[in-house]
Amino acid sequence: MIDLEPVATPGAPLARRNPVAKLAAAMVFTIVLVATLDPVAPAIAIAVELAVLPLFGVRYRVLARRAWPLLAAAGGILVTLVLFAADRSGRVFVEAGPVVVTEGVLVTALGLVLRMLAVALPGIIVFATTDPTDLADALIQNAKAPARFAIGALAAFRLVPLLEQEWRMISMARRARGVDAGRNPIAKLRLFASIAFTLLVGAIRRGTRLAVAMDARGFDAGTPRTVARRQRFTRADALLVVTAALLAAAALTTSILLGTFRPLIG
Amino acid sequence: MSGVVLRGFGWRHGGRRRWAVRGVDLRVESGERVLLLGASGAGKSTLLAALAGLLPEDSGEQEGTVEIDGLDPRKARERVGVLFQDPETQLVMARSGDDVAFGLENRGVPAEEIWPRVDEALRRVGFPYHRDRPTAALSGGEQQRLALAGTLALRPGLLLLDEPTANLDPTGATLVRRAVADALDADTTLILVEHRVAEALPLVDRVVVLEPGGGVRADGPPEAVFAAHGEALAAAGVWVPGHTVPPRHAGTPAGDVLLTADRLGLPPRLAPTDLRVRTGEALAVLGPNGAGKSTLALLLGGLTRPGTGTVTASADLAGRDARTPPHRWRAPALAGRIGSVFQDPEHQFVTATVRDELALGPRRTGRSEAETTATVDALLERLRLDRLAGANPYTLSGGEARRLSVATALATAPRLLICDEPTFGQDRRTWRELVDLLAELRDAGHGVVTVTHDADFVAALADRTLTLHRPADPGGVDP
Amino acid sequence: MNHTDSNRWRTVDIVVASVIAVAFGVVFWAWGLLWSATDAAFAFFPPAQAVLYGVWLIPAVLAGLIIRKPGAALYCETVAAIVSALLGSQWAGIVILQGLMQGIGAELAFAAFRYRSFKLPVAVLAGALTGLGAAIFDFVYWNKAYDLTSYRIPYALITIVSATVVAGFGAWVLTRALANTGVLDRFPAGRDRALV
Ligand SMILES: Nc1ncnc2c1ncn2[C@@H]1O[C@H](COP(=O)(O)OP(=O)(O)OP(=O)(O)O)[C@@H](O)[C@H]1O
Ligand SMILES: Nc1ncnc2c1ncn2[C@@H]1O[C@H](COP(=O)(O)OP(=O)(O)OP(=O)(O)O)[C@@H](O)[C@H]1O
Ligand SMILES: [Mg+2]
Ligand SMILES: [Mg+2]
Repeated sequence: MIDLEPVATPGAPLARRNPVAKLAAAMVFTIVLVATLDPVAPAIAIAVELAVLPLFGVRYRVLARRAWPLLAAAGGILVTLVLFAADRSGRVFVEAGPVVVTEGVLVTALGLVLRMLAVALPGIIVFATTDPTDLADALIQNAKAPARFAIGALAAFRLVPLLEQEWRMISMARRARGVDAGRNPIAKLRLFASIAFTLLVGAIRRGTRLAVAMDARGFDAGTPRTVARRQRFTRADALLVVTAALLAAAALTTSILLGTFRPLIG
Repeated sequence: MSGVVLRGFGWRHGGRRRWAVRGVDLRVESGERVLLLGASGAGKSTLLAALAGLLPEDSGEQEGTVEIDGLDPRKARERVGVLFQDPETQLVMARSGDDVAFGLENRGVPAEEIWPRVDEALRRVGFPYHRDRPTAALSGGEQQRLALAGTLALRPGLLLLDEPTANLDPTGATLVRRAVADALDADTTLILVEHRVAEALPLVDRVVVLEPGGGVRADGPPEAVFAAHGEALAAAGVWVPGHTVPPRHAGTPAGDVLLTADRLGLPPRLAPTDLRVRTGEALAVLGPNGAGKSTLALLLGGLTRPGTGTVTASADLAGRDARTPPHRWRAPALAGRIGSVFQDPEHQFVTATVRDELALGPRRTGRSEAETTATVDALLERLRLDRLAGANPYTLSGGEARRLSVATALATAPRLLICDEPTFGQDRRTWRELVDLLAELRDAGHGVVTVTHDADFVAALADRTLTLHRPADPGGVDP
Repeated sequence: MNHTDSNRWRTVDIVVASVIAVAFGVVFWAWGLLWSATDAAFAFFPPAQAVLYGVWLIPAVLAGLIIRKPGAALYCETVAAIVSALLGSQWAGIVILQGLMQGIGAELAFAAFRYRSFKLPVAVLAGALTGLGAAIFDFVYWNKAYDLTSYRIPYALITIVSATVVAGFGAWVLTRALANTGVLDRFPAGRDRALV
């Protein structure tokens, strides 16, 4: 089940910040981190992220639930590196055919896994604390995004929970009409593909009708739009972005000073 | 405040040979309240779309002219508010209040005026929740009211309503009609499409009947039109008040039990329910919006797994699968034994043409090609879908789609037929045809279960009724 | 005013492109789980996992073929990435950058033909270029630590092949199939069907 509601406690000091500010802060923070492959900078970043979590009103349990696929991805990184690492220097721990585990491999793996977590967490935090409507409003009002596109995307986003219901209805309709796959795996695959296709058709049809309904209420009439919900980009929002940049730079500087820094390019 | 002039208006949808409407000359003065009638497929919805300026130039061919206050409707959208039959596709935003505000923002209403106008519109339609209520959490009737509020907030000079109460329970329908009556200013022009004339008459002072082939068949004050043309209109499919239909109750007592539901439920959608369905009996399931009727229909139809309790089919119905409950049967076996008609006709469709749609069931249940063709042709003719045999089911008018979805289930002649709202949006002629088809099926010893809000239908066909009540609703106030 | 020839987006263009993006955003989200789940299965030759890659690139080509307006491919791929991030992708904000890169690839292909031709070869080219965009991003960002010849290069090549076949050819086939259902009647891609 996909849940779309933001999961943060609404009153939390940073969750209330302007969505564009949160998004920019997360972007700045992660882009700085992306520059390195070492384990130290991301480790510091993760510590920072976990420390500010309560300020966003996200509970650790909620974060863990959203972040569990990351652990699977971490396993994948490890397996891949064991087989294909570029840097196989250092002490050799295991060597069996293509499987080579060395100190270098493990350090790289640690770096990559930590980097993945450090880069993914800000995104998860921002999206877990941001209402899509507020995001669209802020994008239009504070980031000068074209209103027609932001609102169109927002209206389409409302269909996500409906898609899930629709999937169930389509499956039921097929069953009621005598179409099923039984135990044959190929038939199953075909039925799956046909349901997915029908879902896409239904979604586009809904989109077409939605567009008509939006036009009926003057969406594209050329009149300049007004905004009912004001989003403000205050000094506190700017401060959030600047702080994020400073924290990321600090993490990077620490890594450089400790001599662990390994630039991504070069 | 807005007047409408149509001169020789016609529209042909892209992909169709026939004109949906043609040769319509009509003049509606500012402040008039018009009921637009006509058989299913006569082009009522198309005409409303034209008035709302919502027929895109690139999607069909136009003849003649339409003018709203002397303007092309595509340029006069500011003056027109329209409410379609299906509220779900009209809601744009995630929160109820934002949705009402959407139209106001588009029209550039100053920000400080928006929220007072939103609140006023919500109050006028009797919307029971705060404006932060998520639109996804509204029942059909509530969505309809919210969509109406979104339209009224724009203060349109011309209000167009397309079957605004189809699918609502009688209380909800009364509420929406009252909301419309209360919300109309003295100078708002109203054009209303509604098959059930008797309920709509208090709202209007003029009746216009569209002729399916083209043109306007009758026009004038309701009493005058019905006095002059009542007989002919009723024969052509219009629900003329006072023209009742003869009932078709079972001549013989009900036979053996086909299906037994024992404490059957699916929390929180349906509270545990006991039920027996017998051969040769038409059972009607009634109840307010959200009572769980459609859920019950899906459970009885073997389409969803019960949350509580059991569904047991008799040996006669279950055949080889006597020991398993219907929801575990293979689909072809199920389709041959229990037929289901979904509430939303479009949920029923799985193929690309009307003909394939009808042929699918018989083919899947192992009928010969000749037999299939014969069944399909008979149904096409009887439900007047023959000229649409090659059309895509999703391009049908509301009533046509409903007929087709019922016909797909009739095509396999299942022992037990379960229909969810089979008669909504039907003109009188098809309505009678549907009642006759279901009655024939029952008289031939099949079981028929219908979920319905249609009191006429219950009076005409049902041998027994079961009324469901809303399970306790923790989420909000039930209006 | 003939909308179909102009480059201005109509409301249907915007909403349908968004709907495609949203539908695929959900697919991406599910696909991300599948990707992680098949990590172990592809361990024997992880670059082969890139065959799954093409699915991530379909919306770019599909939107380009259906909407036929400048920016459609880029917009759709980016919004799809944003949606999957909103739903909670393990790659979070980074997918948005990836979406941009991938979208630009397809966009360039359609732009090269001045948004006039939407035939199979153009679709395949768009698929290949969006694959190229994706491959470059991954080459630099995700795969930096892996061996060049045994991993990074095969991975990039497989990504491009997968994109060409699945996203390029696949999206073209999908567009035709969608046109046959009649849902694309409001778009040039859906015209010319038989009358009934
Ligand atoms: N989008 C469409 N594409 C092609 N044909 C259409 C489309 N919409 C409606 N039609 C056809 O146009 C004719 C008139 O349809 P319309 O929906 O206006 O009828 P209606 O009078 O509202 O009928 P009902 O009472 O059943 O709703 C029908 O034959 C229908 O099949
Ligand atoms: N897929 C679903 N998931 C959760 N709740 C649902 C779902 N479908 C329906 N419901 C809820 O279950 C209750 C029963 O729904 P159902 O559709 O069975 O009502 P109904 O009696 O058929 O109403 P109506 O007369 O409006 O068709 C409603 O409150 C509805 O909001
Ligand atoms: Mg209609
Ligand atoms: Mg129902």
